[in-house]
Amino acid sequence: MFGFGKGDTNALTMNTAHPDSLLDTSAQDVIGKPLDRVDGPKKVSGQATYAAEYALDDVAYGYLVRATVGTGKITDLDASVARAMPGVIDVITDYATFLRNPQQGGETSAPTQGVEDVAYHGEIIAIVVAESYEAARDAAEQVKVTYAPGEGRYSFLAHREEAEKPSTQQIPPHHKQGDVDTAMAEAVHTIDVTYTTPSQNSAAMEPHASLAVWQDGALTLYGAYQMPASDKLQLAKSLGVSADKVRIVAAFVGGGFGSKLGIAPESVAAAIAAKRLGRPVKAVMARQQVFDATVRRSNTEQRMRLGADADGRLTAIGHETLVSNLPGEDFFEPAGVATHFLYEGENRLITHDIVRLDWMLAGSMRAPGEAVGLIALEGAIDELAEKIGIDPIELRRRNEPREDPEKKVPYSSRALIPCLERGAEKFGWAQRKPAGTDRRGDWLYGIGVASAARSNMLQKSAAKVSIDGQGKAHVETDMTDIGTGTYTILAQITAEILGLPLEDVIVHLGDTDAPPGAGSGGSWGAGSSGSSVYLACEALRGQIAKAMGVAEDAMTLKDGRVIADNRSVPLAELVGEGMEATGQIAPGKQEQLFNQASYGAHFAEVAVNVVTGEVRVKRMLGVFTAGRILNAKTARSQCLGGMTFGIGCALTEELVHDPRNGKIVNRDLGEYHVPVNADVPQLEVEFLQERDIHANPLHAKGLGEVGICGAAGAIGNALYNATGVRVRDYPLTLDKLLEGLPAV
Amino acid sequence: MKTFTYAKANDAETAVRDAHVSGAKFIAGGTNLLDLMKLQVETPEKLVDISRLPLGEIEEREDGGLTIGALVPNSDLAADPRVIAKYEVLSRALLAGASGQLRNKATTGGNLLQRTRCYYFYDTATACNKREPGAGCSAVGGFNRVLAVLGTSDHCIATHPGDMPVAMRALDATIITLKADGDKRRISIHDFYRLPGDTPNIETVLEPGELITHAELPAPPKGRQTYRKVRDRASYAFALVSVAGVVSVEDGRIASAALAFGGLGPMPWRNAAVEAALVGKAPSDAVFNAAADILLADARGYGSNDFKIPLTRRVLIATLRDLTGE
Repeated sequence: MFGFGKGDTNALTMNTAHPDSLLDTSAQDVIGKPLDRVDGPKKVSGQATYAAEYALDDVAYGYLVRATVGTGKITDLDASVARAMPGVIDVITDYATFLRNPQQGGETSAPTQGVEDVAYHGEIIAIVVAESYEAARDAAEQVKVTYAPGEGRYSFLAHREEAEKPSTQQIPPHHKQGDVDTAMAEAVHTIDVTYTTPSQNSAAMEPHASLAVWQDGALTLYGAYQMPASDKLQLAKSLGVSADKVRIVAAFVGGGFGSKLGIAPESVAAAIAAKRLGRPVKAVMARQQVFDATVRRSNTEQRMRLGADADGRLTAIGHETLVSNLPGEDFFEPAGVATHFLYEGENRLITHDIVRLDWMLAGSMRAPGEAVGLIALEGAIDELAEKIGIDPIELRRRNEPREDPEKKVPYSSRALIPCLERGAEKFGWAQRKPAGTDRRGDWLYGIGVASAARSNMLQKSAAKVSIDGQGKAHVETDMTDIGTGTYTILAQITAEILGLPLEDVIVHLGDTDAPPGAGSGGSWGAGSSGSSVYLACEALRGQIAKAMGVAEDAMTLKDGRVIADNRSVPLAELVGEGMEATGQIAPGKQEQLFNQASYGAHFAEVAVNVVTGEVRVKRMLGVFTAGRILNAKTARSQCLGGMTFGIGCALTEELVHDPRNGKIVNRDLGEYHVPVNADVPQLEVEFLQERDIHANPLHAKGLGEVGICGAAGAIGNALYNATGVRVRDYPLTLDKLLEGLPAV
Repeated sequence: MKTFTYAKANDAETAVRDAHVSGAKFIAGGTNLLDLMKLQVETPEKLVDISRLPLGEIEEREDGGLTIGALVPNSDLAADPRVIAKYEVLSRALLAGASGQLRNKATTGGNLLQRTRCYYFYDTATACNKREPGAGCSAVGGFNRVLAVLGTSDHCIATHPGDMPVAMRALDATIITLKADGDKRRISIHDFYRLPGDTPNIETVLEPGELITHAELPAPPKGRQTYRKVRDRASYAFALVSVAGVVSVEDGRIASAALAFGGLGPMPWRNAAVEAALVGKAPSDAVFNAAADILLADARGYGSNDFKIPLTRRVLIATLRDLTGE
């Protein structure tokens, strides 16, 4: 790396394996350590500034107006009363430009625009701007909108027969291999069951918010967004301005879980209003609007077919999924995405079809696909094990593939069976009793297991790292930290490779003036943005070696000093005018040459009240492998969060659409039930050691979602073990259990 | 939130005078009212703040009962040693409700007046006779998981969402009020709430401007007490069904029984015939089932809340076993 000078770009495309990692040879010893978040003190002391909190002069407050019909055309919008109210500045709409719905993650085009023809109940159609939030909100209630009502499609069951194949090929919606029907007919043991899961909402703590400021024809939008680099392009296209006139700042984001991947309606509404008024406009969604008009996880209906020989070896896997989305929207919940590679089996049919409904947009929510797909797959595997009469872990062992059963390529790294075995030992799996037999007083106890799998992805990502005259390093990228720990792991990677104390690394995130990062989504954030920082630091090592006059590999960087050639020199003395380098990672052939995924095993114990059917999770254990763990504490937190999400997914979360107009019925946190503390028992997380040289130079795989993948399935399987009743309609609320419980 | 005028009262007499105008409401903890005002489900023109009135004490009377000031916070009432020792059902019911933060703020008087959590009542885009008389009821034919199966009408199937009032109904509480003209009124909790009929917007017998000043509990009842709440998550959820039970057994027979139910009806539900079917009988599943038959004779499900009927039977039987068992 001797050739790098100031301002170099060190670019790497992952076409070949990257067997050596500087993280293994550096001496600072901070990588992997369970360190506290570097931004933690800011967060707990209120100094972390979120989108809605920027204190700009002369801000006007926007409140969004929603459509109150399921479908129809706006024939009149009478804002005369609202406009005359005290403090109200204006009521603004632009039917053609307002966003009908949010954009999906990573897209570089505008989302569907045009709100005059109402596509779903709760669609944002106007913005009231006032001198206070309260005045705007009050006035929004007084805007009188008249509609010519439309004919709507609001019932999944009524329209399920009309499902259509998605036109997108980003993820192939259909995969057929061999002949599942024949294999099922010839199989010794078969399972043919249907699982259903409801619409869900990410319900991130921070509501969607945008603060728009125009200056000299350029827009700065302080937004609650996960992927500023593509969000900026979406916003520019939506507004019809060039991308270099748009800057997004998302330094802190209060949770996203997919709901903030693409821009949402409040961004364009705020930008249009700010331009018209010539002053900054802040638009924060009310909690109810987050439920109404952002993005939901689609409901699913999943037919699972498994065929096995006498020994339980799978000969057929069918996973046919129906999802829902608005007409014209391509996104589908890829429930079968892990089914492609989790188990052996020559005959395979994995399909996804979309039922077109006039419900709010369906899009990404934490682990789109696996989070609900593994409910069905892992439930069916559990059912098959029960039917054959073998242990569910043994069944998985017998179906462990040696290579990707569809693409016929090797796994880059895969430790599913070690995770299951380690978990079984730690959780006390051997004590599992036959279904419905472990009664303690009024409670039935049971334990269940499910595999976790989540594909690993690498996204193009860039970062600049500089070293100033004091020997401090500055990391700049528009990557975000949505509560995941990005600030901390990027600081750790930098500190490790440049040999700096952690406090001498300053990380700046979420500003599109910085090099474009991968953004937070799909569990790719750490691997992608971390690799870009790695590459920048690698280039800086070259510059430091040059300044020191030694070969790079003869040099040790530690505690802010450069040690080589029997000399120990403070880094600050070597940097001169300062050093900087940009790192850029891009996905390459390793993606096609290897199947890359993170794995794990979930174990859950539940108790079910025999009188009421109330289900309480008593304990959970997740054992995971995700390549190198960059920070044992933030990694654990990610998995705890995923498992908690899994509890909600299994037991409580259901976004209800009114059958008459598709409107969200339970649109607040009182009635959309995410788990509360009392629902979440002691959770345990363990990581098995792993390195993945095919993933990226860090040897780390994605971790943000594997914690939810399979978690709900393990709870469902535990519930069966407790009661002997198999409920396939999620969430597993008590009303669905009553009939199968013993008489009182 | 609509603009409103605000008056701070320092004594109850001033409070009721201030509130004796159209569109006035009292506010104490505001845990329910403020949320509803933000959504413009409630649009008072005037708020009379009673939080400074001297109504924050719990006093033991000579007859052994308790007089509870209307401003006693839920958390204080739940933690009062006399309540814990002698009115266990009340303490348990209070602790089963809301969250610690809300209980610190919510008051005894306000909690009696908590409004329904019907999804459609909460959304001004939908028709609701309780919010806007004559508009229609969206919950019938809609999603009604948490709504009522007893005491409903074609106009409204809302449930009273509270826990504390259910226990108070089992304890035969009396509600003491001050009217705008300065008269005091004693209202049995059994007469306090109204069925929806064709005026679901009128939920209690309180007159405009009438202020709850106290709740009185009679001397502690005989027998065992319990509060069992069944809900969709372990905490911070409204009851699907709850039972407040006070039952005594003498010489192998049920000597007294008071059973009140939450989550079933538009008011904390109590049916004297259910209790009459128990008193004098030796506890048995047959007797309990007969009591459940009476309770649920007129129950009617609306689709997504049908399960409440069999659930209530199971919970009632299990609760009676607990209260009468060895």
